[in-house]
Amino acid sequence: MFKWDWDFTWQILPRLIHATGNTLIAALSGYAIAMVLGLALALVQRGNATVLRWLIRELIEFIRSTPLLVQVFFVFYVAPQFGVRLSPWVSGMLAIGLHYACYLSEVYRGGIEGVAHGQWEAATALNMSTKQTYVRIVIPQAIPLCIPGMGNYLVGIFKDTPMLSVIGVAELMHTANAIGTENYRFLEPYTSVGVIFLAISLPSAGLVNLLERYLRHRLGT
Amino acid sequence: MGFLEFLAQYWPRLLSGTWVTILIFACSAVLSIALSMIAGLCKLAPTPLLRAVAVCYVELFRGTSLLVQLYWIFFVLPLFGLTIEKFTAGCLAIGLNIGAYGAELVKGAVLAVPRGQWEAALAINMAPAQRMRRVILPQALVIALPAWGNLLIELLKATALVSLISVSDVMFEAKQINGQTFLSAQVFGAALVIYYILARCLLTPGMRSLEKRMRSKLGSA
Repeated sequence: MFKWDWDFTWQILPRLIHATGNTLIAALSGYAIAMVLGLALALVQRGNATVLRWLIRELIEFIRSTPLLVQVFFVFYVAPQFGVRLSPWVSGMLAIGLHYACYLSEVYRGGIEGVAHGQWEAATALNMSTKQTYVRIVIPQAIPLCIPGMGNYLVGIFKDTPMLSVIGVAELMHTANAIGTENYRFLEPYTSVGVIFLAISLPSAGLVNLLERYLRHRLGT
Repeated sequence: MGFLEFLAQYWPRLLSGTWVTILIFACSAVLSIALSMIAGLCKLAPTPLLRAVAVCYVELFRGTSLLVQLYWIFFVLPLFGLTIEKFTAGCLAIGLNIGAYGAELVKGAVLAVPRGQWEAALAINMAPAQRMRRVILPQALVIALPAWGNLLIELLKATALVSLISVSDVMFEAKQINGQTFLSAQVFGAALVIYYILARCLLTPGMRSLEKRMRSKLGSA
């Protein structure tokens, strides 16, 4: 029987906490890319260019129905073939950002479509341009509708960052692997990683829930 | 090397990998459906103990990454004398993970069955188990099916992770071929296409027709 070793746990904890920082940085910067790119994808899908719209639609379907792991490998190994050298960090961020951009674009689309049609008509009646209508009327009203979905995907992206360990991004899982192989002890590092994930994702999921309830209350629905 | 040339040379390996992927998909789908039924119904049980067990299971597996769970089951459980073969470990981890997400769907669907159905079953003196089996669950199934379609795509994507514990699925074969030939664009491109075909051309239409059949069986089409 294998015994849990507390001394060893305390000894590796600083390294794991440091790696947790990296995981959070990876998740947040991936999410930043996803937020911006997702908005672009959502707006193109509402635009007038039919061919472009169809292309983007198919691209989103493609990315959403293929595994992130394959996409991470694809970006990491294929970019150098075209002469672009990407570090593990950059290709990891790109892959995870692109993957989640597709999910977020659906959230944005839902939010924008959730804004009552009369708002568009009112903006037209006031002679606002399309850009003005988006920036001043539609997007401010769509944001509260998007928040719950966005929050869920923020927790989701955090839980997907361990996949970046396969291309050598030094996040939590990667560090736990390294500790495990250095010391031939896997129980403590892997279990601690699980506990750290729980400690971060459960409260954040709870926060998202609270925020959702608050927004629903504020919007009076 | 062109893409077609590449396929002509390596299709047997990719195909055998695809079979393994489908096999893992099928095994973990069965497991996750069973688990989600049990956990979903336990979450609605009148016994606080059952509810607490179900909540713990769901939060534990939704709060951590699948990769962490997979490594834990594969590398840590053997330390406690519970050695699991890699294929089984993969199915177990994916089944447990997706089952936790499915439990929420089952719970939501059961609660979405109209109140009148519960009351009618009570009025004709059905026992609770009978009522659940013959009145509520069939209707809940129809309500839950569209969401399950999405979840099964998530499950298919999750199967790519088992390549990391060297189950020879399509992702594993792709990585091996990449390691030998460095034809990254072709091999990972092919893997992406295979996953896309499995999801879009087999899974989605299959679920659609199942939805249709179930709805017409219930007479609500």
